[in-house]
Amino acid sequence: MAVRAEPRPQWRGLTPRETGVLGILLGCFAFLLALPPISARAPWWPALAGLAAIGAGIWALTSGVRRIGWFAISAGILGTVLGVLATNTAASKLDYVVSWTPLFTAMFAFATPLTFAAIGGMFSERSGVVNIGLEGMMLTGAFFAVLGADKLGNWSLGLLCAVVAGGVAALIHAFVSIHLRADQIVSGTAINFLALGVTGYFFIQVYGDNGTPGSISQVPNVNIPGIDRIQFIGDVFGHLNLMIWLMFATLIVSYIVMFRTPLGLRIRSVGEHPRAADTVGISVYKTRYGAVILSGMLSALGGAYLSIGFLGSFNENMTAGRGFIGLAALIFGNWRPFGAFAAALLFGFSTALSFRLADPWPSPSVLFQALPYVLTLIAVVGVIGRSIPPAASGRPYRKQ
Amino acid sequence: MSSEPGGGGGDLQTPPTGEPLAADSTAYAPSVAERLEIYQRAGGIVTPVITAVFAFFMGGMVVLATGHNPWKVYQGIFTGSGLNWFFHVGHHSITVPFTSHHVWFPWNTSIQSNAAYNLQQTLILTTTLILTGLAVAFAFRCGLFNIGGQGQYLIGVITGIWIGTTFPHLARGPHILLAIAVASACGAAWAAIAGFLKATTGAHEVITTIMLNWIAYWIGSYLFGQGGPLQNSTNPSVPVSDSVVNSAKLPVFWGNAALQGLHIGFFIALGALVAFWFVLNRTTLGYEVRAVGFNPEAARYGGISVARNYIVAMAIAGGFAGLAGVLDMLGYQYRFGVLDVQTSQLGFIGIAVALLGRNKAVGVALSALLFASLLYGTSSRSIDQTVLKPELAGNLTLMIQALVLLFVGADVLIMALWQARRRVLPRRLKPSPPASETA
Repeated sequence: MAVRAEPRPQWRGLTPRETGVLGILLGCFAFLLALPPISARAPWWPALAGLAAIGAGIWALTSGVRRIGWFAISAGILGTVLGVLATNTAASKLDYVVSWTPLFTAMFAFATPLTFAAIGGMFSERSGVVNIGLEGMMLTGAFFAVLGADKLGNWSLGLLCAVVAGGVAALIHAFVSIHLRADQIVSGTAINFLALGVTGYFFIQVYGDNGTPGSISQVPNVNIPGIDRIQFIGDVFGHLNLMIWLMFATLIVSYIVMFRTPLGLRIRSVGEHPRAADTVGISVYKTRYGAVILSGMLSALGGAYLSIGFLGSFNENMTAGRGFIGLAALIFGNWRPFGAFAAALLFGFSTALSFRLADPWPSPSVLFQALPYVLTLIAVVGVIGRSIPPAASGRPYRKQ
Repeated sequence: MSSEPGGGGGDLQTPPTGEPLAADSTAYAPSVAERLEIYQRAGGIVTPVITAVFAFFMGGMVVLATGHNPWKVYQGIFTGSGLNWFFHVGHHSITVPFTSHHVWFPWNTSIQSNAAYNLQQTLILTTTLILTGLAVAFAFRCGLFNIGGQGQYLIGVITGIWIGTTFPHLARGPHILLAIAVASACGAAWAAIAGFLKATTGAHEVITTIMLNWIAYWIGSYLFGQGGPLQNSTNPSVPVSDSVVNSAKLPVFWGNAALQGLHIGFFIALGALVAFWFVLNRTTLGYEVRAVGFNPEAARYGGISVARNYIVAMAIAGGFAGLAGVLDMLGYQYRFGVLDVQTSQLGFIGIAVALLGRNKAVGVALSALLFASLLYGTSSRSIDQTVLKPELAGNLTLMIQALVLLFVGADVLIMALWQARRRVLPRRLKPSPPASETA
């Protein structure tokens, strides 16, 4: 060790890891300083906090905590740059763009479909089946949720239809890639196109040129009584859609299932080393089928949230790449539920921010939407700690 | 040991002794090249044909189930695609190039002919699909799955529009050549990012190319969007680029230039097919690329730099896709908008083109023609409204394309059917031994 510099060595309370996390927080804080509730107008405030963050990051890095160290350094640099930029913009514009309540509400709304898709993808990929078809399964869910809610008159039946349809789409992917041992990427791409074609075809066939009717039964918002009185939290969490709460529940349940139950252990073992799993009596095929179908169902729920939770209508290709952002969140989150959720929140936040930025700066805000993909690219490449997929992911298994 | 990206060659089913699978961090989706072997084995041209027939059959079932006549629909698509032009044989004449002579020709090339016009449109799309198909096929021969054709195509489009609209004083030849060269180079560079990342860090090319696709998508949306640098200068409320200036437009050699005749890009695409075949089969580069595609480990033992080939193969693939983008811009579209960025699918269709064409030059040409006819035959400009709504027909195309991909993936199933047929009819097929190596 023998690091005798700034972070005093005699103070044993802070491990390098904690310093790194502190650095990340400091980096965020550097940016926050310049934003509305505090609104520091002097550029050296954010710069100071940012430098501290970079310092913490460097120390964490030299002590061997690479991933978090790099995160802290980049957070420090970003926080400084953005913070200094923010101190130079007009206060009125800042006040408009950074109003936290709508930003956070929108963040949860945008992150929900991504989280559903990402968790779905996690089950599939953890069991060893790459799922590029998340986007298509989501789109299937979106359409059949509208169809069910419209024809059967009830949003809950709509959700049921979505889940079944997403499961069927996933079943095709599962059959082709597990039993027929097809290339899973080809099969996933096929699912995307199939969903695009099938939903588009039946959408035109059923609803024609008029689009979906406006009176579709929608998933209601949950109003929590009493919470309104708490200032910020009440505004953000008081009236969230039921599906968002369902997403939170799914997140926790899937974490428990994946990492705290024998079933999760089976899924993971099948994805890491199918031959070994098979030897101890775990059915590789059954586990993979279950996981892939589950992934389709969850992605379909994400799609259903888009159509009957958020918009109340369907149009062709309405998912517009959200399944792929879900996949990106999964990879960015290192194939773990809370990691994926954090990534989904980050991506949801960037989308929400780009929508609010669109008013004062319409043109560059579009570029903001590419942020999830750029971040994921960086994460995959491993500059900031490599994302490591399940070992047998993408490999067809042949039973002996 | 397993530091080389490429998901480890050799046998998929049995992990290398001692070394557990988990140690190989690049194993996310194995190299697709192992599957090549199956494609090659599966009976010549038969499997692609069965695949296509199956896909059309299933698409027809959907059409039937929704109360339309599939026979009439496919007939309508065939007529709409202009392929019936070949069946209208008669006494016509064409001019010999550079002279005023007329010679006899069996088909009616007149611009007034409806079928000829439709065929021109189909061939315009074929041009694009050949190139986007080659973009997938070339990478595939190196064991890389290039899903990023769409992004590379968009980069080609963007560069093409940029060069095509900005240098108004250039002469025609240099302008076109400059646009084509720069756009292909940019497409190549865009794809080479994925190749470079695979070669250096082992990041799987499927993930990186998907991400690059979407980055290109948003870059395009930004550049052509309201207030974007490439948006048109006359109408700031419309998110569309300026038109390519006349000096950058490709000459039209068949049909009316004002009505989207067939541009000379068609010959460039045909040339690309030849170049593809030549590079792969007659050069050291192609030999190395194929060696890496078959087995990266073995190639490395043979002294071939796997990393370099990954980068070069992706760059060449991206060059094809970028070329497709710039030819579209200079050849017939001339301008591009945010809506086009968001609805364009030609780069993705390249995947189906390449896989159905088995990543061979001739196969890619044929399946590009198939998909182009399907695409144009179902577009709102050509299909008969009374047969099937164009919106429905467009989605039918997507479905057929998806089914083709599914069945290409499920080659095991197709092969099983094919071999079951041999078992049922053993006598007639005796001379050719089953599953013989064609490689």
